Amino acid sequence: MAKIKGAIVVDIEKCKGCEVCVPACPSDVIGMSKEVNGKGYHYAYMANPDACTGCSNCAIVCPDGVISVYKVKMD
Amino acid sequence: MDIKDIIKPENLVYTKTKLMTDNALSYCPGCGHGTAHRLTMEVIEEMGVEADTIGVAPVGCSVLAYDFMNVDMQQAAHGRAPALATAISRTWPDKYVFTYQGDGDLAAIGTAETIHACNRGENIVIIFVNNGIYGMTGGQMAPTTLPGMPSSTSPYGRDTAKMGFPLKMTELIANLPGVYSVTRQAVHTPKHVRKAKKAIRQAFENTRLKRGLSFVEIVSNCNSGWKMTPNQANEWLEENMLSFYELGDIKVEGQLVKK
Repeated sequence: MAKIKGAIVVDIEKCKGCEVCVPACPSDVIGMSKEVNGKGYHYAYMANPDACTGCSNCAIVCPDGVISVYKVKMD
Repeated sequence: MDIKDIIKPENLVYTKTKLMTDNALSYCPGCGHGTAHRLTMEVIEEMGVEADTIGVAPVGCSVLAYDFMNVDMQQAAHGRAPALATAISRTWPDKYVFTYQGDGDLAAIGTAETIHACNRGENIVIIFVNNGIYGMTGGQMAPTTLPGMPSSTSPYGRDTAKMGFPLKMTELIANLPGVYSVTRQAVHTPKHVRKAKKAIRQAFENTRLKRGLSFVEIVSNCNSGWKMTPNQANEWLEENMLSFYELGDIKVEGQLVKK
């Protein structure tokens, strides 16, 4: 069965740490980092990268549009 | 497979549209304005009409929309965006003209301009972001504030006996014969964002076909004004706002579908 794997890239300096992407993810991939960015926000990152399916839910609810989504199909 | 092998340009499925500038949005973290901006720009990019689009930014939190939307923009006086959009669309009938207004702008100071532009049936798109509060000025009560909802000028909640009832602008406008389509959407979850995008697309398609005025209300949060975290505000919106401001199409192709 073909398996789909995804990954997200967060623009760390533009992330405002609002956490709206966290409940939007159906696979619980996203967590908030302990470190802060230049503005002092805890930015989003892939806490559980293996579960990402590249569904783009996080990216489309992100108010600041800082998430880019990549997806590949594996055989 | 390693993450580095996935993150390649050919595997990209979603990124911010180029019609949003690289400026960091001035909105508070978690504000629905950013999502509504992006959806509008995505629709314009997908339709390939960025060179023919003119937006009108009002006064309110979205006053700086021209810093973020990479299309031609014009600033209007407070509440007067539909009047200005009327002028633009009559001067250039082939342009795609939209206004992007908040509830303090559209439903309070700009009520007259909004109602008359809608009644005349101008060929424009009005995007109305409703968060039930005056967000920019510090969370004061707006005409759209829910009964019992606290705000900085109604700290014990809106008492309808003293302060009057909330104004359902969208239902009011749907009854005007000049209006072609009216819909209410939200942007707090992925499901609602996808539906809202379809609604905005339909509104701009109506402009392309010169069918008349399309009105899209977006129920949004104002976590700073509501004094909540963004996710709490989204939950509060789901529980309280959506039962009063019911989502869905209200007028389709000039016919009321919901009263």
